[in-house]
Amino acid sequence: MKTFPIGGIHPSDNKRWSKDKSIERMELPDEVAIPMIQHIGAPSVPVVAKGDKVLTGQLIGQAGGFVSANIHSPISGTVTAVDIFPNGQGLRRQMVVIKREGDEWMPEIDRSTELKRECTLSPSEIIAKVRDAGVVGMGGATFPTHVKLSVPDGQKAEILIINGVECEPYLTSDYRTMLERGEELLTGVEILMRALNVERGVIGVENNKPDAIAHLKELVVKGNYRGVEIMPLKTRYPQGGEKQLIAAVTGRQVAPPPALPISVGAVVCNASTAVAVYEAVQKNKPLIERVVTVTGKELKETHNFLVRFGTKLNTLLERAGGLPDGDVKVLNGGPMMGRAIVDTSAPLIKGCSGITVISGTQTPRGEEAQCIKCAKCVAACPMGLEPYLLSKLARRKMWDKAEEHNTVDCIECGCCSYTCPSFLPLLDYIRIGKQTVMGIIRARAIKK
Amino acid sequence: MNELLLTVLTLSVLGVLLAIVLYFVAQKFKVEEDPRIDEVEKMLPGANCGGCGFAGCRAMAEAMVKNDDISALYCPVGGADVMKAAAGFLGKSAPEKSPQVATMRCGGTCAKRPKVNHYDGAKSCAVVNTFYVGESACAFGCLGYGDCVDSCQFGALSLNPETGLVEVDASKCTACGACVKACPKGLIELRKKWPKDRAIYVACRSKSRGAVVMKACKAGCIGCGKCEKVCAFGAITIDSCLAYIDPDKCKLCRKCVNECPTGAIHIVNMDPLPKEPKVAKPASVAATDVATQKPASKPVVEVKAEVKAEAKAEAKAETKSDVVNKE
Repeated sequence: MKTFPIGGIHPSDNKRWSKDKSIERMELPDEVAIPMIQHIGAPSVPVVAKGDKVLTGQLIGQAGGFVSANIHSPISGTVTAVDIFPNGQGLRRQMVVIKREGDEWMPEIDRSTELKRECTLSPSEIIAKVRDAGVVGMGGATFPTHVKLSVPDGQKAEILIINGVECEPYLTSDYRTMLERGEELLTGVEILMRALNVERGVIGVENNKPDAIAHLKELVVKGNYRGVEIMPLKTRYPQGGEKQLIAAVTGRQVAPPPALPISVGAVVCNASTAVAVYEAVQKNKPLIERVVTVTGKELKETHNFLVRFGTKLNTLLERAGGLPDGDVKVLNGGPMMGRAIVDTSAPLIKGCSGITVISGTQTPRGEEAQCIKCAKCVAACPMGLEPYLLSKLARRKMWDKAEEHNTVDCIECGCCSYTCPSFLPLLDYIRIGKQTVMGIIRARAIKK
Repeated sequence: MNELLLTVLTLSVLGVLLAIVLYFVAQKFKVEEDPRIDEVEKMLPGANCGGCGFAGCRAMAEAMVKNDDISALYCPVGGADVMKAAAGFLGKSAPEKSPQVATMRCGGTCAKRPKVNHYDGAKSCAVVNTFYVGESACAFGCLGYGDCVDSCQFGALSLNPETGLVEVDASKCTACGACVKACPKGLIELRKKWPKDRAIYVACRSKSRGAVVMKACKAGCIGCGKCEKVCAFGAITIDSCLAYIDPDKCKLCRKCVNECPTGAIHIVNMDPLPKEPKVAKPASVAATDVATQKPASKPVVEVKAEVKAEAKAEAKAETKSDVVNKE
């Protein structure tokens, strides 16, 4: 069984809390707040003003550049504010607030549930539809999908890889999507293959989800999806990282930035993204909702919800029985890559695949000690970096040396911090180094 | 004995020979350098802090000698005296610049700015800033982990554990600007240094609207504009719900201090104006403004009380913050 060649860790996956909960449709929120930046790239520009009436699926934020995404209204109602509000981290973001009135959809959206497999559109038409629908990578990185599908001149895509790995502990949203929306997923894969003009599409699934693998394999045979292959992968974190997945599936290594996965002929999309592409292309439905796992050992109930964007995280947590008493950590995402939320009244955004609640007693950070040069972090780093060194260089602000040691290659997976016996906050400092060095590189490029 | 003599002799001859070789090599590869650079470097304080924008005092001295116009160069540590002496030595005109002092513009003490969550990650402002806004609900306030304190090589900054804020010792501050770069929230500004280390500044950087500020912090600027109205010198401007006092225009009259409903305007080494008599005295426009606005300040106090209750309720929903954690 395949996996990526170096590094990685085996955190306990904790998927048992929510893996058997089927996807439930969350009731429509009465009010939504939609941040104008939910993706990597330029913020979107609001095209509605206070007092405007909007329909479900109507464009409210126009992409602010090529690497940016459209944003649509997830409910129908009246815009009550276009202003700056704090997001989950308390950071100020421009948001459009909409109060719900009824449930009226844009007329061109096909709301039927039956599968529509036939697709005769040309690649450029598909990409245009994906762009208009504001589809972004739904694994968490939220990179606009139309940018990925627009292969630069002189390069050719050879393989489409669908990320059904979901290596992040706790989260089960992709898993439930694969089980319950398998046909839509596979049709989405076909459409993506058509858009990229590739013959081969591989869906990588870790072998801790044997039923998803069996289910998808059965569907592929039954539906005769040509060129689509389900590849079981040996469970290991961070297999869901783009470069790790390419290495696991194809054995090819992507060169350090600015090289992109396309340089080795691969395009990687998340499983949920494939479903979103299917809906965008076949049903004209923009990205207005997603599957979110609400999970945690201390929660009374765990759920996999299908939620409209902009819904307050509070409502999701209340449906799960409310937050447990005492100090808790609420994470936007899983425990490895997720960001802590300080304000649970913040809205749900495109990149949020789960909300993980962990009680404070379970997550104390150990007392920071000296680095004992055990090199566990070096062994765990899936990018072949030296985390102890990068962390030290960032602490000492030695940016040129940090650049020399390829700090920008870091994928922020957190394996180094997880594995450190001295409880050093390695990633915290590497992240600063990475951001600073990237800034220096950008400034240098502008100068030239 | 013979061997001893021979050794001494050999080494002496060798020494002389090498000295001659070295002399010619030194002549051949001599680097022509302006001797004035050494002199100027001696005049500079030798702090090598980088406050002038150069890598160190030597680089600064070189720049001063090489450039004909040195008006753009300034050593904040040495100040006007050093610059005058060095410029006089070089026969150039010294740049004019009034002395400056680092000013930390946040008044959100622990008491006035309640914490709404715990943070147990790496103790560094820069790290916290990559995660979220910090332990209080204010997106602009001091994080209190002292990155600026670490950056100061003159020991002018210190973290007051009682208030959770950083304090500046004006007598030690050289205005090198290292702390300005270190603060991820951009709270520190180099401001004009008045005689006797006096200072006046708005101790808030929050560009949020008044209601948002009040919810997060009781010492923040709410952008009400009272100070702008009362200022007779046009030194105060309000931009994005935030007042700013221009030190070049301010005459230290301190009228604005009494006007500020949240006490966001701080004064250093000065007594505040006595409250009642001074307000009634000037028969200018400012006085009428004050008269009309006085009653309006009352409801503000009530709102504060409500806000307190709300803030407490929110504080219950505490969350912890750090990203990577272990099971």
